[in-house]
Amino acid sequence: MSISGLIAVPVGAPLVAAAVALVSRRRSLSGWSGIAASLAVLAAGIAIAARVGSGHVVADAHLLRADAAAAVMVIVIGAVGALATFAGVGYLDAELADGATTPAAARQYEVLVQVFLAAMSLAVLADNLGVVWVAVEATTIATAFLVGHRRTRQSLEATWKYVVICSLGITLAFFGVVILYFASIHAGASPTSALDLDVLASRASHLDPAVTRLAVGLMLVGFGTKAGLVPFHTWLADAHSQAPAPVSALMSGVLLSVAFSVVLRVRALADSALGPGFARDWLLVTGLATLLVAVSLLVAQRDLKRLLAYSSLEQMGLIAVAAAAGTRLAIAGLLLVVTAHGVVKAVLFISAGELQHVHGSSSIADLTGIAARSPLLGAAIGAGLLGLVGLPPFALFGGELAIARGMADAHLAPALGVALVLLVVGYASIVNHGAAMLLGPARAGSPAIVVSRPVAVPVVLGVAVLVVLGVVGGPYPHLLETAATVLGAR
Amino acid sequence: MSAHTYATLVDLAAGTLLLSAVLVVWRRDLQATARLLAVQGAALGAIPILSGVRRGDVQLVVVGVAVVTLRAVVFPKLIAVRLRGELAHEREGAPLVNTTASLLVTATLVIVAYALSRPLVRLDASSAARAAPVGYALVLIGVFLLVTRRKALSQVVAFLVLDNGIDAVAFLATLGVPVVVELGASLDVLLAVVILGVLTGRMHAKFGGTDLDELRELRE
Repeated sequence: MSISGLIAVPVGAPLVAAAVALVSRRRSLSGWSGIAASLAVLAAGIAIAARVGSGHVVADAHLLRADAAAAVMVIVIGAVGALATFAGVGYLDAELADGATTPAAARQYEVLVQVFLAAMSLAVLADNLGVVWVAVEATTIATAFLVGHRRTRQSLEATWKYVVICSLGITLAFFGVVILYFASIHAGASPTSALDLDVLASRASHLDPAVTRLAVGLMLVGFGTKAGLVPFHTWLADAHSQAPAPVSALMSGVLLSVAFSVVLRVRALADSALGPGFARDWLLVTGLATLLVAVSLLVAQRDLKRLLAYSSLEQMGLIAVAAAAGTRLAIAGLLLVVTAHGVVKAVLFISAGELQHVHGSSSIADLTGIAARSPLLGAAIGAGLLGLVGLPPFALFGGELAIARGMADAHLAPALGVALVLLVVGYASIVNHGAAMLLGPARAGSPAIVVSRPVAVPVVLGVAVLVVLGVVGGPYPHLLETAATVLGAR
Repeated sequence: MSAHTYATLVDLAAGTLLLSAVLVVWRRDLQATARLLAVQGAALGAIPILSGVRRGDVQLVVVGVAVVTLRAVVFPKLIAVRLRGELAHEREGAPLVNTTASLLVTATLVIVAYALSRPLVRLDASSAARAAPVGYALVLIGVFLLVTRRKALSQVVAFLVLDNGIDAVAFLATLGVPVVVELGASLDVLLAVVILGVLTGRMHAKFGGTDLDELRELRE
């Protein structure tokens, strides 16, 4: 396949599946085409990685471009997308059987999930920073009615906060893009290509520092909002806990990282235009603040889905701190954490969704004796939580180790110390809450848990991927190192 | 069009932008703010139309006409449709800060906007770019409205003022961003406004009103 055809697949395939879901009257057809589209994204990601793994950049005529960092993100979108669309079929079947949703709403769900996947692919593959912005805002639009899918008071409240806060944040980023465009034109770029990532990189040293500083600041805060970073993090737990479980998996596991990958691009630009201090200080302060907020809300958390949401916030804080270090090792470790975290969150949110469906509640107090009542879900949640807290043999372990060493190399030992203390407290809370759910005796009268195939398959596959990625790795670590170099790591 | 006429007309449009934003802060009645938004949208669209006519650039004129259609006709209409049939107290913007204090804050924000935009004006001393601080002011006023108004639709208005401000900077400083970005961004904003409108309708059905203080079930 030609390269411009190949890099169009991650955007095009989900759009085709969305069209199929829109016109198809048969649920099985739309369900399978959705899964097939996600697998096509994954396959395209791997194929792109094979072409750009040595540090090349490939581009089509004007809209899309791919480098190693984009390939990593496309792989994550495809992998978590496949798990989530598989689980989504079971979720919709169960909702329809219970009469909790209508066939029209189910179709809307399937269309929006595919549009959401296409928008995320566009956000990591677009050449023009303005188009990146359009794609990131499109993810908010696609997910708004997905968060509000259940039409309860709480989900309505979560949707409103989500749309207003994220739109405000992301609009500030657009202001930054407009100001950067002005600076780029004054640095001699032509109006049609002034926002292209490669043009910006080559003109970076000519950009007016005072104007660029404002633009970069606005973009960091704006795209950071979508990545869940402080101070605009308040939408995250509400939206992630109210959305249907497969959508939560995508929002928590992929969308946050996609937004953060844009922050990484802005960081690379800021480093070459303004020197390394500007973005580093911002990332360090917001990263540690995000960690602090997440950990303090993890300790006494009473709801499983909110627990998972705040654990994502914690991971984003860690990733921001790693990005501040900016060494090759730290950025490669960060990308491994992004990958592993996406898969872990898919496993955990899909399992949590099943538990919520069975119990009619996601309150930790209502979920008792899971390991004894359902060995499969118990093992999956147990493995997922242990993977989440960074224990070997799961892949997060390697990522966190690399981040720690990268930060030490970057002379950020004090920040590393603070981050480690916060992480340990957060992990202890997660293990504590997990043990209470999994290992305690089941409360009398707890309903039976029957795990359906659309839940069992993605959950088992997800855990297997985590172990393989953690133990074997294969060519993936090399791709991550190339990606780190492309992202301007030192 | 002579350079002098062009500069005067662009200044007039920029002045109208700022004045309409201040009036949005002053008025509480949401129907009046919808009309002010229409005026603001027309003034915003006039800027690329003027630049297009002066340079003989048809594409800019088309963009300007699209901006006028979207921001002076479609958005105010969407808000007006939502307001129809509302009770009188539901049409109030419900500000948290009283009018006098709000206007004083607005004046301060305008000064801050001029300070913040100094690097940009220093780089480009053209007559249009010298009016760019007005866009900065609209952005700041939009954020202020967003945090101090507690009715669902008044937040939509605030969001639109903010967005008009960004577009104003784009048109005044750089003749607008590339068309593909302008198109995509406009589509995003349109869809966001439609979504917020639908959510406002659902809020009515669930809460019997659109007071955002009702949204307090989800917290730690």
